[in-house]
Amino acid sequence: MITREEVLHIARLARLELSDTELERMREQLNSILTYIDRLRALDVTGVEPTSHAVPLVNVMRDDEVVPPFPQDEMLRNAPDRVGEFFRVPRIIEG
Amino acid sequence: METVIGLEVHAQLLTRSKMFCGCPTTFGAPPNSQTCPVCQGMPGVLPVVNRRAVELGIRAALAFDCRVNAACRFARKHYYYPDMPKNYQITQYEEPLAEDGHLEIEVDGASRTIGIQRLHLEEDVGKLLHEGTLETAQASLVDYNRSGVPLMETVSRPDLRSAEEAAAYLKAFRAVLVFLGVSNGNMEEGSLRCDANVSLRPRGSRELGTKVEIKNMNSFRSVKQALEFEVRRQAEALAAGERIVQETRLWDADRGYTRAMRSKEYAHDYRYFPEPDLVPLTIDRAWIEEIRAGLPELPRQRRARFVTQYGLPPYDAEILTQSRALAEYFEAAVREFPQPKVVSNWVMSELLRELGADDEQAIRSSPVTPARLAGLLVLIEDGTISGKIAKEVFEKMRRGGEDARAIVGREGLTQVADEAALGRVIDQVLARSPRAIEDYKRGKTAAAKALVGQVMKATGGKANPGIVNRLLEEKLSKI
Ligand SMILES: [Zn+2]
Repeated sequence: MITREEVLHIARLARLELSDTELERMREQLNSILTYIDRLRALDVTGVEPTSHAVPLVNVMRDDEVVPPFPQDEMLRNAPDRVGEFFRVPRIIEG
Repeated sequence: METVIGLEVHAQLLTRSKMFCGCPTTFGAPPNSQTCPVCQGMPGVLPVVNRRAVELGIRAALAFDCRVNAACRFARKHYYYPDMPKNYQITQYEEPLAEDGHLEIEVDGASRTIGIQRLHLEEDVGKLLHEGTLETAQASLVDYNRSGVPLMETVSRPDLRSAEEAAAYLKAFRAVLVFLGVSNGNMEEGSLRCDANVSLRPRGSRELGTKVEIKNMNSFRSVKQALEFEVRRQAEALAAGERIVQETRLWDADRGYTRAMRSKEYAHDYRYFPEPDLVPLTIDRAWIEEIRAGLPELPRQRRARFVTQYGLPPYDAEILTQSRALAEYFEAAVREFPQPKVVSNWVMSELLRELGADDEQAIRSSPVTPARLAGLLVLIEDGTISGKIAKEVFEKMRRGGEDARAIVGREGLTQVADEAALGRVIDQVLARSPRAIEDYKRGKTAAAKALVGQVMKATGGKANPGIVNRLLEEKLSKI
């Protein structure tokens, strides 16, 4: 069972601020996901390679060729805040 | 106490385009002018691996005698920081490109083998400019041009025993990468970056002490100074009975000390998992062998060969193999003027006077080509010009891009070897130097040297010094 503290820790890592109600709802949802994982865990998977991809593909690569980048202004257009050619973000280190 | 250091080196791979998209990797472009939805981490985009980056990684792995893994995978490393807008960095974790290699270093003439634990590929992140200092800034500016630039991270084993060894490792490491064309190794532009793990332990102990991570060392000098400082700091703390705290410290080059970064308590909870957008890589033997076949001679091998094949002092060999371009320059010149030590002297003193031994481009494009240097040395050899004049001719070649013979002919720099003409100059000099003659008679040999100097001056440095010496001695003995 996932604890309140663990949910808080994960929320903090994702920079999410949760109210008490939200926290409790997240805890319940995460718990139901973990319960499902427990059911999978009960299966015997001896000799089965761990799956990281659903499709059996390898070595999808491209040649080292330059494609013109997107226009600077277009890339900056959706920024909530900008200064000249830069994105601007709020202070990083918490006081 | 024994010092234990391990280095993590990040090197930018010399590709034209980024790791997972086609954006260019050119340094110094206007902020945010070299990005696209992939490297800015927009939702719904699909990264695709740059084959050349993998090839360069394998090249380096082979040079360090690493085992290239038959299969490798990319992973997401999660952290929340505005230098990486998608909130994870694509890197390799459990299945890196290569493992278990080594690099030979030399300190005080003794060589040591330093283990390389792993070598993996990843993408670089954006660059932050803080408005003010990191601690006081109310906001930061972000440039994502670097975001997605291909990097190779190499983690050494904790085999280094001093700051000096760490600096030697970084130098040797860089030399290999530059030589192989894997990276340009430019520390100022951030193409080569290095973090260190430092700890102390009682001599003879096999356990590792608490390690401290040092960041922000942007030059060889910084690496040496920062690690020297940190070793001293830890030794003093331990001597005073304090405990070392596991933390990350930043080197402050201006103030000359390391200081603890404000602790980010959750910083190391990266929750790695396989990158679902990138399928695994399987590296077949044929590809590895093809890359191996294309490897040039490594700096260490070439250095040893320069000593045995050309009879050069190790010092010369060390300098001449700082870059591939310089080594090739030297060998090309020696092919046309087969006196290796003479060529080496001229390369080290004249060619490298105004360009760096590792400045590949400047060496390759120098107007004084290997053939022109050889042509100049031939003129000294056959007595056409003196060594002193040759240095002037070298300067003129550097500026004008002409052959030595053309310059010497046009400017009338040919050495005066005409004994009658030189004899007249010597007579004039002797006539106005009674003091020097007297000193010479009283056994002061330095007086003869001064007289030779006067003759050289009177002929504008063009007199053949051998003939001047002989004539002067004859004349003095007759006085
Ligand atoms: Zn891009």
